[in-house]
Amino acid sequence: MKPLIFTEEQDLLRQTARKFLDARSAPERVRELMDTGTGFAQDDWNEVAAMGWQAMAIPEEYGGAGYGWVEQSVLFEEHGRALFCAPYLSTVVLGASAVELAGSEEQRAELLGGVASGQRRLAVTAPADGVVGGAPVEVRGGALYGTARFVLDGHTADTLVVHAGTGGDESLYLVDGDADGLTREPMDVMDLTRKQATITLDGTQPSGRLEGAPARDVLEAVVTRAAVLLACESAGLSQRVLEMGVEYARTRKQFGRAIGSFQAIKHGLADVLVGTESAKSAAYHAARVLQEGDGEELAIAAPMAKARATQVAYEAAAYNIQVHGGIGFTWEHDAHLYFKRAKGAQLLFGVPSAWRARLADAVGF
Amino acid sequence: MSDQTTDGRALIDQRIQQLLDEAPPATTDDQEFWGRQFDLGLAWIQFPEGKGGLGLSPRHQKYIDKELTDAGANFRNKQLNLIGIGMGGGTLVAHGTDGQQDRWLRPMWTMEEFWCQLFSEPGAGSDLAGLSTSAVQDGDEWIVNGQKVWTTIAHISRWGMLVTRTDPDVPKHAGLTYFVVDMESDGVDVRPLYQITGEAEFNEVYFDDVHIPDENRIGEVGQGWSVSMATLMNERVAIGGGTPPRGSGAISHAVTAFKEHAAGDDVARDELARLWIEAEALRLTALRASENAKQGTPGPEGSTAKLNWADLNKEISSFTMELLGSEGMLLPGGYDFSRPELTANRTPSPHRLFLRARANSIEGGTSEIMRNILGERVLGLPGEPRVDKNVPWKQVPR
Repeated sequence: MKPLIFTEEQDLLRQTARKFLDARSAPERVRELMDTGTGFAQDDWNEVAAMGWQAMAIPEEYGGAGYGWVEQSVLFEEHGRALFCAPYLSTVVLGASAVELAGSEEQRAELLGGVASGQRRLAVTAPADGVVGGAPVEVRGGALYGTARFVLDGHTADTLVVHAGTGGDESLYLVDGDADGLTREPMDVMDLTRKQATITLDGTQPSGRLEGAPARDVLEAVVTRAAVLLACESAGLSQRVLEMGVEYARTRKQFGRAIGSFQAIKHGLADVLVGTESAKSAAYHAARVLQEGDGEELAIAAPMAKARATQVAYEAAAYNIQVHGGIGFTWEHDAHLYFKRAKGAQLLFGVPSAWRARLADAVGF
Repeated sequence: MSDQTTDGRALIDQRIQQLLDEAPPATTDDQEFWGRQFDLGLAWIQFPEGKGGLGLSPRHQKYIDKELTDAGANFRNKQLNLIGIGMGGGTLVAHGTDGQQDRWLRPMWTMEEFWCQLFSEPGAGSDLAGLSTSAVQDGDEWIVNGQKVWTTIAHISRWGMLVTRTDPDVPKHAGLTYFVVDMESDGVDVRPLYQITGEAEFNEVYFDDVHIPDENRIGEVGQGWSVSMATLMNERVAIGGGTPPRGSGAISHAVTAFKEHAAGDDVARDELARLWIEAEALRLTALRASENAKQGTPGPEGSTAKLNWADLNKEISSFTMELLGSEGMLLPGGYDFSRPELTANRTPSPHRLFLRARANSIEGGTSEIMRNILGERVLGLPGEPRVDKNVPWKQVPR
């Protein structure tokens, strides 16, 4: 098993990513982008593609960088820290995984190559609560009919991967973002830094079909991967809000002393530290297991990471607001941005108790 | 020994009848009705005669309000001018002059003039007494400079209850003076303060060389802290109202969410039951506290309410979002950067309540401060070392 600590190369990747995000995903920029309909900047997307971000876990034969999920997890951690606004989870984890697992060689070359170069953004009709069931969309006469909600970046993706069909004949269909009969509406999300859409298909012709593996199996795998990377993102977010809280507690004075000198605050932040380290361990382990491809261990590691890290991050972000007092409740202060992103990650693809149930099944109690 | 509840009842009934005869609610405009109510001493029953009351026990008010509401009256004024009527009135009666009471009480009651409270500052939250907005005497006026924050309805208020620092050379509590400021004065700048929900329930208020006549000073120079305490004591009374019905409030949203989205999930059901129990026990505690208070034997149960409610409200509203599952990722209606009406005509979604609840453990006393108060004042544990006690305000690190 890969060690839980990072290599020099991975540390360098982190440093470069952090430097980029400090400059290009500072809070003012986050606020700017979250206010846009698309939720991201094409320039930033292109630039990170040039740095190899999207390509990190894509095999070289498809135009990728040939690294893996551990490297990608480092990036996700930094994204969480910086509230990076981009269709990254949707494209790099959901979409690329679906294509990798079920696409033909030609589809992989085209789509994964497009992802790696930054030229193709993908969205998948994955189940919002993480429970893979029947398809939300029907197929009639070769055309698609139906509605899917909570599609991450569904309204801006170049290509949609749509779960459609009934009973034994379900597939993941490829649909062009500008196909006839397709309407895409952004949803009113609480976390403006991660856009979601409702997509409606009315006689839409798919441009292709991913037939290399059963649709539900692919979606299970996609959801599991998303759980792991969300955990890593949450670990990074937790670390950042801990630092914010500590900085405020160090400098904010009331009653003639820094509020961090009061035991209640000191203890509270210490608790956030404990939680954050726990979250990191679970997240790092899951990323390594995903990379190794050990399915049995992944069935434990992924739920553990998702349940633990997203819960920790949420509580940490909530406590960060509390430490900041009134100012932490304002729109102007950044605390609420982290809080909402953390809450969203806690809910996305299943609440912690759902993932704990999966863990219990996997461990066997 | 006389029974305080029946003493004065005859007079009250007579006045009620007179009010309804002279200003029948069905055909009288609200402001006129409230005005007559004030004149007949039925507005704040415990206030002196001529000041909107009859000098009787405040316990009568519930009866009066019921009689009048049954006859078709409404008390929107108490809701919309909550700060003035709930807190300002009592402050003026306790510390204001006759002239000040005569000038301000009636138009406050009739809602002709709105009031706001200007206490908290960016640098004075939990440590309110450490506030820095200054008032410097200049002849028969005071010149005020500084900034207040978390001021509800400042944007529509005519008057503000303002606490200022008039002496930086003495320890913090001793150097404060309380004024009523005319919000229409030159130099008063009210700005909306947008919050996590996107709305602006509150304002920031900037004071730039604002002139306040000395006749608008409430209480003595340097007595500001005592006067503020009177205001805040009234706040506690204003907020502590009747007992809500079982299962209402945040827990009702959780139950609805469970039934619609998580029915059959035993884990969720157990958690919901736990929170329902805590909510109900809290409700019963409030009831017990009010019964004890009525009897004149208040115990510690009343002091635990705010802390208990705030932390529980956050927990329940957060759990409700989990029950909603993916629906919990939305904010129905989106973020509209508006000022909400004081009377919410629409019921906020559980999503919006979830966000709003984050302030419950901060506003009106943080949960950390509440625990200190319970520990020190109720349980009698030794206090935290206070490093600013007896230190001149201007020497205290801030």
